[in-house]
Amino acid sequence: MCLAVPSRILEIHTDRAKADFGGVHRTISIQLMPDVKVGDYVLVHTGFAIGKVDPKEAELTLKLVSKMGDLSPVRLLKPDQWGKE
Amino acid sequence: MRFVDEFENPVLARKLIAEIAGMATKPMSFMEFCGGHTHAIMQFGIRQLLPEYVRLMSGPGCPVCVTSQKDIDRAIALSQFPGVLLTTFGDMMRVPGTTYTLQEASAAGSDVRIVYSPMDAVRLAQEHSDRDVVFLGVGFETTAPGIAASILQAARLGLKNYFVFSMHKYTPPAMRGILDGGEVHLDGIIGPGHVATITGSNAWKFLPLEYHMPVVVSGFESVDILLTVRMLVEQVMTGKAEVANAYGRSVFPEGNVVAQRIMDQVFQMADADWRGLGVLPMSGMAIRPEYSAFDAEVRFEIPDVPSREPPGCRCGEVLRGVIEPPECPLFGKICTPDTPRGPCMVSDEGACSAYYLYQTEALG
Ligand code: SF4
Repeated sequence: MCLAVPSRILEIHTDRAKADFGGVHRTISIQLMPDVKVGDYVLVHTGFAIGKVDPKEAELTLKLVSKMGDLSPVRLLKPDQWGKE
Repeated sequence: MRFVDEFENPVLARKLIAEIAGMATKPMSFMEFCGGHTHAIMQFGIRQLLPEYVRLMSGPGCPVCVTSQKDIDRAIALSQFPGVLLTTFGDMMRVPGTTYTLQEASAAGSDVRIVYSPMDAVRLAQEHSDRDVVFLGVGFETTAPGIAASILQAARLGLKNYFVFSMHKYTPPAMRGILDGGEVHLDGIIGPGHVATITGSNAWKFLPLEYHMPVVVSGFESVDILLTVRMLVEQVMTGKAEVANAYGRSVFPEGNVVAQRIMDQVFQMADADWRGLGVLPMSGMAIRPEYSAFDAEVRFEIPDVPSREPPGCRCGEVLRGVIEPPECPLFGKICTPDTPRGPCMVSDEGACSAYYLYQTEALG
């Protein structure tokens, strides 16, 4: 039930907004995020925008992960299980 | 949304698995609080990808699952009041009550409707002024602010026929319940990402402070979860205990302050009964007296039916991390998603349902 889906704000009409969910448009409530702007990415839960999805922060996390050194003794991995994700 | 898809990048996931395997040189166990994480972990096969001595176990973070049998029975009883139009999120429908489910009550004549948002329930109340529209409020801090907003909306619209049966709960007391219970050994907690979107990561500070327990708040993609595990391993290996955040794109230390204010305007803390954990002090959200006109427990005299948990169901132990679902003798035999015995097999966040869906799939 704590599932939340990212979407992008397309239009704002007072306390509601039209949001794009990967091509599907839905009306959501922005009462819990009155400061959102058109173009913002938000997480939507039970019809409410509950928090933002910050592309800059996402980029930072991805960079951090891709820079991580390979400490790995590869033998500890189970290569037959790779690529399942 | 490229930056969202990238969090499923298998190259990055492999990098993290290698890191974890290289860093963890002693056995350790982490609990994912959130049932959404349990499903993601099973779906991506993360338990199998991690080194054997890094164990993940599921926790109490499934709102439907932790709803007490008594509250389930009272919700079903509410549906049978004359004139009531009961609205609910979908996964409450098939949760077994002591004698029947909401779905069976509906087949027997109760008017029960599944809604996607509590705002849909408010709309139904507007459209059906001759009916009492009741919404079953089940959820943690992620869900409660929206339901609080629906009550404020009903107040603004002057509705006299919208009621909420509040079974909402706060997550920190459940984590305390697990740790105070001392039944499972934990070295760290995978913090619930969407609860923390509302509460902020600061809400989990008591874990390092009072329990010397590392917490890393996590997102829901494979890279998010593996990064979280990697960060937990690092804390354990260096003897640290702090709240860290692996879900920086959506979680901030102070959370969504507007949502917190709306939640606190409508709800106040009260003791609540949890399946598996019993009564936890100040763990429930009761509707404040100022909004009692919208409180289903004030409006209706909900009868106290004698409640009994489903015989043989070990959902309570699953929720405390004491057993894994396959250890329940009914798992996959008598209890399946088509014939659920307990809520942990019904809910989209239930651990039994996650194990059944993804493990049996993996086994063929
Ligand atoms: S498998 Fe079914 S009966 Fe067993 S604990 Fe899970 S929900 Fe209960």
